[in-house]
Amino acid sequence: MSYYARASGWHPPALHPPYKTSVKRSPSFAPVTMPQTPSELTGPAFGHGLFGPLDNDLIRNFGAEAAIGPRIVVFGRVQDEDGRPVPEALLEIWQANASGRYRHAKEGYIGAIDPNFGGCGRTITDAEGRYEFRTIQPGAYPWPNGPNDWRPAHIHFSIFGRAFAQRLITQMYFEGDPMIWRCPIVSSIPSREAVEGLIARWDPEATLPMDARAFRFDITLRGRRGTMFEGRP
Amino acid sequence: MRFRESASQTAGPYVHIGCTPNFCGIGGVYTEDLGSRMITGDAKGERITIRGTVIDGAGMALRDAMVEIWQADAAGLYASPEEARGAADPHFTGFGRRAGDYETGEWVFETIRPGPVPGPGGRMQAPHVTFWIVARGINLGLHTRMYFPEDDLSADPVLSRIEHRSRIATLVAKAEGQGAYRFDIRLQGPEETIFFEC
Ligand SMILES: [Fe+3]
Repeated sequence: MSYYARASGWHPPALHPPYKTSVKRSPSFAPVTMPQTPSELTGPAFGHGLFGPLDNDLIRNFGAEAAIGPRIVVFGRVQDEDGRPVPEALLEIWQANASGRYRHAKEGYIGAIDPNFGGCGRTITDAEGRYEFRTIQPGAYPWPNGPNDWRPAHIHFSIFGRAFAQRLITQMYFEGDPMIWRCPIVSSIPSREAVEGLIARWDPEATLPMDARAFRFDITLRGRRGTMFEGRP
Repeated sequence: MRFRESASQTAGPYVHIGCTPNFCGIGGVYTEDLGSRMITGDAKGERITIRGTVIDGAGMALRDAMVEIWQADAAGLYASPEEARGAADPHFTGFGRRAGDYETGEWVFETIRPGPVPGPGGRMQAPHVTFWIVARGINLGLHTRMYFPEDDLSADPVLSRIEHRSRIATLVAKAEGQGAYRFDIRLQGPEETIFFEC
């Protein structure tokens, strides 16, 4: 068993000069290709016992009152490149509040803090690979890069599949946001198709009446050839 | 293959909010940060510490990085449903996660010395710890390995494939006393750490 190699030119290159911080933080050498061994083919498992009842509800998991801003549901499916669901995938998310402000000591933006919004959530996929979060639609925010760069509204996602080889961190954007196409972090991704894959779609069918709009965001992790024990020493 | 992998994006400067919220002052949401304790009981094996920093091309330690490690237990088994060779030590998770110190960028893992794990064709690999590094300015998480300075690395089937033999030293920790290791990760420069794709 082994995971399909990551296609070159699909993920962002390490060096993307319009994203200035990448200049001093990008390795100069190409990565060394290594075989997949049990160290890469295994990964930590996170049982359902890890989770508290509000872990996936960012509207309510921090403060005494509900967080302020547009209430949304973010839901979808984690699958592999063959379309197979990835059950028990751990998803951790973080985001700015409705004003575009993060709750962080190093945050410098003047956007208002929401006393009831922490900005983190986590959940685990079910047997069909499905997950769901309730949260607040984050605001756009300015960041020190070019003289006037703003991030499009986004939610950061960290994903653990079955194997460390599938480990991934990415960001989710919102359908229809014109700022996506001006962002130096988004533009680190070489192809428009790959960017489209990070844009959540508004799903009117999944709306919670009188409560929250819903956005669907499906995530694809590396797929694998062979069955579990093939090729094992 | 019918679908493409979701493209990576940088973890950004606020990865701590999502991954180590207690560390960055967001208390009360999770009981403890994921990966904060690797030893959960009477785990077998030698207790060790691994500390280090991630250093950029200007020689500065990153103060916003998140570092994860994944390793076998003392018997060389992984605590994973994908582990086909046997049951791993129930008191050792194998998974650690740390944020760098806000001032110095240093991180420390308290773990155990991993046992050897087989590699391609059944050849044993030298004991190693898998590292994964994300931070602002890193567009795709960086995958590397740490090996131990006491070990004979000459027959390791992964290291033996590396063409630039002089770079292998970048994967070897420095001993700082009994069971204490330092592993600094350099993103650029003459001692740039080897990063892998698998
Ligand atoms: Fe952000």
